[in-house]
Amino acid sequence: MNLNIAILIILIMAALWTTMTRSLLRSAIGLAAMSLVLSIIMFRLNSNLAAVFELSVCAGLIPVLFVSTISLTHPLTKQEVMQHMKDRIRRFWYLPFIIVAVGIALSLVTVKLSIKLPPHEIEKNVRTLLWNERPLYLAGQIIVLLIGAFSVVILFKESGKDER
Amino acid sequence: MNVEALQIFWPFLLFVIMLFIIGIYCISITFNLIRALLGVEILIKAVTLLIIIAGFVSGRTALAQAVVISLIVIEAVAITVAVGIVIGIHSHNNSLDTRKIVDTDK
Repeated sequence: MNLNIAILIILIMAALWTTMTRSLLRSAIGLAAMSLVLSIIMFRLNSNLAAVFELSVCAGLIPVLFVSTISLTHPLTKQEVMQHMKDRIRRFWYLPFIIVAVGIALSLVTVKLSIKLPPHEIEKNVRTLLWNERPLYLAGQIIVLLIGAFSVVILFKESGKDER
Repeated sequence: MNVEALQIFWPFLLFVIMLFIIGIYCISITFNLIRALLGVEILIKAVTLLIIIAGFVSGRTALAQAVVISLIVIEAVAITVAVGIVIGIHSHNNSLDTRKIVDTDK
């Protein structure tokens, strides 16, 4: 239990670093670190397959997407960086204090959760559940993937037309 | 009912709430489009953690994993499309600042 709390604290610190760091590149790396910590939590909570997905897609693919986007956009000039830094410090320095205050306040509150849990049933395999019982989940994923592919094609086709 | 599993629900929920606050703060305070997307990612991570802990507490980790896998696929596609839109906005406005976005159709 204490180890879980320590991992969750690391997760919050990674999220704070992602939000507050000045460089967007470091933010993308912070996001990958967040996904890594989250996948460790998933492994500890017996969700191995979801953890592997989280590790490969969220800690691998999505930061690469962000890094390539950052590299495609123009960096700021030194003057703009200095101006933005002052502005950012003014806007973001509240956040750690808010998080610490909320954490302390919520940990002092003793909540009696009256959750009605569903009746116990024999644990199924994820693969069996996805393929045999919930095939619509897979169909939905395929449809979403196709929509995403077509959207990206249309987006870059339009921008190509504009350049001409 | 797994009483021990239910006992760890509240500490996890506390951290999920904190992640939500960080994500919403990031989206509402920043003017940078990429950082706003990072805020959305943080919110999605909070939801993922909530689903996983709910599955662990209720003893239905398989169902929670199926939902999380679907969520990860949707997240990846949504972020890919959003990143494409951000690149399009940047090529039109030459800036990622939301205050400098100009409607070119007018």
